[in-house]
Amino acid sequence: VIGQVLLHVALAAPLVGCLGLVAAGRRVRDRRSPEVGVVASGIALVALVAAALLVDRDDTGRAQLVTDVAWAPALDLRWHLGVDGLSLPFALLTAVLVFCCSIYTVRVRPEAGRLRAFVAVVLLIEVGMLGTFLALDLLLFFLFFEVVLVPMWFLIAWWGDPHDRPGRTSAATTFILYTLLGSALMLVGFLVVHAQTGTFDMVELAARGGEGISEGAQLLAAVAIVGGLAVKVPVWPLHTWLPDAHAKAPTVGSVLLAGVLLKMGSYGLVRIAVPAVPEGVGRIAPVLGGLAVVGIVYGALACLAQSDLKRLVAYSSVGHMGFVVLGVATLTPAGLNGSVYAGIAHGVITGLLFFLAGAIKDRHGTSEFDRLGGGMYARLPRLGALLTFGAVASLGLPGLAGFWGELLSLIGAFRPAGLLDRPYFLVLLVVALVGLVLTAWYLLVVVRRVCQGDDVIGARLPVLGDVTRHEAASWGPLVALTLVLGVWPGLLLTVVDPAVATLLSGGGS
Amino acid sequence: VTEVTAQGVDWAAVAPVVLTAATALAVLVADLWLPRRAAGVLTAISVGGTLAALVTVGLLWGDSRATFCVDSGAGVLASCSYVVNPVTLVFQAIVLVGTLVVLLLTHAEITAPADHGRLPGGETGFLVLSSATGALVLAAGRDLATIVVALEVVSLPAFALVGLRRRDPRGAEGALTFFLVSVVSIAVMLYGVSLVYGATGSLYLDQIAAALADPAGRTSVATAGVLLTLVGLAFKVGAVPFHFWVPDTYAGAPVVVAAYLSVVSKAAGLVGIVVVVSQGFPAYADVWAPAIAVIAVATMTLGNVAALRQHRAVRLLAWSSVAQSGYMLVPLGVATSGVTGSRFGEALSAVIAYVCVYAVVNLAAFGVVAIVSRHRPAGLIEDYRGLAYTEPASALALGFGLLALAGLPPGVAGLWAKVVVIDSAVSGEAGWLAVAVAVNTVIGLAYYLRWTALLFARPVAGREAVSYDVPAASGIAVGLALAVGVAFSVLPQVVLGLADVSAGLLG
Repeated sequence: VIGQVLLHVALAAPLVGCLGLVAAGRRVRDRRSPEVGVVASGIALVALVAAALLVDRDDTGRAQLVTDVAWAPALDLRWHLGVDGLSLPFALLTAVLVFCCSIYTVRVRPEAGRLRAFVAVVLLIEVGMLGTFLALDLLLFFLFFEVVLVPMWFLIAWWGDPHDRPGRTSAATTFILYTLLGSALMLVGFLVVHAQTGTFDMVELAARGGEGISEGAQLLAAVAIVGGLAVKVPVWPLHTWLPDAHAKAPTVGSVLLAGVLLKMGSYGLVRIAVPAVPEGVGRIAPVLGGLAVVGIVYGALACLAQSDLKRLVAYSSVGHMGFVVLGVATLTPAGLNGSVYAGIAHGVITGLLFFLAGAIKDRHGTSEFDRLGGGMYARLPRLGALLTFGAVASLGLPGLAGFWGELLSLIGAFRPAGLLDRPYFLVLLVVALVGLVLTAWYLLVVVRRVCQGDDVIGARLPVLGDVTRHEAASWGPLVALTLVLGVWPGLLLTVVDPAVATLLSGGGS
Repeated sequence: VTEVTAQGVDWAAVAPVVLTAATALAVLVADLWLPRRAAGVLTAISVGGTLAALVTVGLLWGDSRATFCVDSGAGVLASCSYVVNPVTLVFQAIVLVGTLVVLLLTHAEITAPADHGRLPGGETGFLVLSSATGALVLAAGRDLATIVVALEVVSLPAFALVGLRRRDPRGAEGALTFFLVSVVSIAVMLYGVSLVYGATGSLYLDQIAAALADPAGRTSVATAGVLLTLVGLAFKVGAVPFHFWVPDTYAGAPVVVAAYLSVVSKAAGLVGIVVVVSQGFPAYADVWAPAIAVIAVATMTLGNVAALRQHRAVRLLAWSSVAQSGYMLVPLGVATSGVTGSRFGEALSAVIAYVCVYAVVNLAAFGVVAIVSRHRPAGLIEDYRGLAYTEPASALALGFGLLALAGLPPGVAGLWAKVVVIDSAVSGEAGWLAVAVAVNTVIGLAYYLRWTALLFARPVAGREAVSYDVPAASGIAVGLALAVGVAFSVLPQVVLGLADVSAGLLG
């Protein structure tokens, strides 16, 4: 019971914080409201950590701490929450990132002000994100998936790039329309599944492994669900909403977008598409894998062409999410484990990189390479060191978090599931390796251009503070996680692997 | 030929209709005796009467009754003109709640200063209630003559309501458009009814259904009759290609009248379609269902695309209500397989659920527009910039209503409604229809969100803030709609379960 309560507390704390801020209006002073955010997201984090400690770690293939109550029988909608080895890491990632963002907001205020609304919006986004990862009912998943959209629109359109008002509004609108199109298609897929099986229960659907769904319906549902989620991930060529949204969003928005929102898509692939309609996914997996490696190479090439640090980090997500999707497309335990691992690592590392890019932009008023010049090591040594750390973590240096997920995805591609064409996947593997080299290249270019060299603009700027203690506190958890996940992959994999095994085994077990 | 014999009237069954009609007359008469200042008494009478009618609907809840029946010859009561069943009652409840909210909103209009576009109290109440009487009958009518007459009873007072604001040329123009299109469509419908009568020899829906069920008797005359009969009803809901009166009429009419047209009058048209196709023409589902599916997609697409370009609040809501009609028709468009199967029942539940949610959230939106337009007569969407700073409660209600119409959280009620509609398309194996709804949802979001965002945007410096001083009656009306909308969001079972019960009895 206590575990169920903890999951509800994790959902309720940010919701109550959000509603409280809205209801209180001007009675809560603007500059005090970030503290509300810290408390609410802190409670959520503590509740989830406590829940993680309660979970039986030898049995993470099974949904635990489950609450399952009928909500609207006419719609077959159930309030069905729980965690297993797959959802727990994502839920924790969400809670950690939102908590880091909340701490960050206490000192580093968005330029556009309206802090109370800002905090309320971030908390509402957290409700949607956590709910998405905790839901075990397809309709409930859809509901939480949609909860995120409107607040994220406001986050980008109101507090985004202060120098580009029309740009940030159109970026926000592109974001919401694209993702709504994706999620509406996904809903159609869910309803196809429901029409065939009569259930929205993810656990039940995974256990059936597609049994009872006709071949045609499997393909239809797989196309709709995978296609819909692919917008969110995003899979090339559906990524066009991403660069603008990430680049124009405020720092906190970029961190949450890259860190968590994209994972809602890849999580959905692993949690729903693969187990519920395995045959359908099997038939489109080659296409998915192909698009994924195109995305990896495209992302890397696009990054090489970028002249702006924030846009570069944004485009790098396209490439990294390519590895996440490639892992799914192999339909192997290794690939799915890799997908989850790469997803978590990307959340942590790219979250950190967006924090750093935001900090650089706040200090210099720009994040364009030409105007930044080089010499970050000389000007702001600690910030420069952190940027280098983030970059090498992002390129997948062994010993840091980015390494394992991409390695596992590639292993999956080396031996894809039996029904897939192995030579084809070997080609994909080679292309992905090329992408990996290109990724290393552009990240090292970043380090060279920004961090090394002579400080040409420092003399013209007022004295800039290096990393403050406050920033260190809000980024520290991410640095620590990058290191821990890098040297101790077993920490995550022992939890994820049983869950992945359950989802892949389907009706066969 | 059936012999018509005099029957006792089941007064309990017709009580909601009688009460509403009586209230209409009472308002008109009371207006003659009361001084102008006593507009509050008129509102009290009309609201009280509507509430009383609502109570009778509540008392009838779960009942099934029939009256105005004919003896089919064998001494058995067969065909009835007026049938009360759960579907009837659900729609009557929607009509009465909608009327109630409109009457409350009207209070501010009839008490306004004379130079401020005051509406005449007695006439307004009388016309609204008369029209509502027609809508109540329409929900229960089971023969084509009753349905046509009821449809006219809904429409005639509505023409007058649209042109009620004297010295307003837009109102006169809107009323004229409305009138002309209505007359043409009802003429077409009557032609269709005459064909159906010629083919089947009856006006009673159950007898028509029985006659049409014989596959050997299937004629092109009957087919034409079925389709033409639906024209008059399609006009009422503003479905393409009978939609073009909607924006002009809504924009010309007083806002409260537009609210009435978009909710009560539309619900009436929809229940008409539901009753006629399900009770009269189930055997021709293969004819009308694909037609309705095509019309549904055309309606939602055209409505949404046109709404994208609107800069005036009422025009935007008018096009949005056209689009919403398209969503409502979707479940009927996939009812093909269901003369006996359960698909028909499912389709009807979906329609009912969607209409319930739509009625409530649309009233919330229109209510706020009615409040704001009193102070900003131009009615531009730009006028709503920063509403959240001056009138936070109104802004929340409007924002909730718009996002619910879009079908996105926090307007969760609208999300469930969209799920229901898409589900009906999917389970009717019309994937293209489901995808069409999905794509349209995206188009719709673009304009609903634009407006919602303006509500919370910073007010423009230099533009004076208007204190709206929301009248109590309007506040109650909007609050009521908002509360019900939130309740539907949290407890969707209330509205969905309601439809579930009724479907079995109609199907």
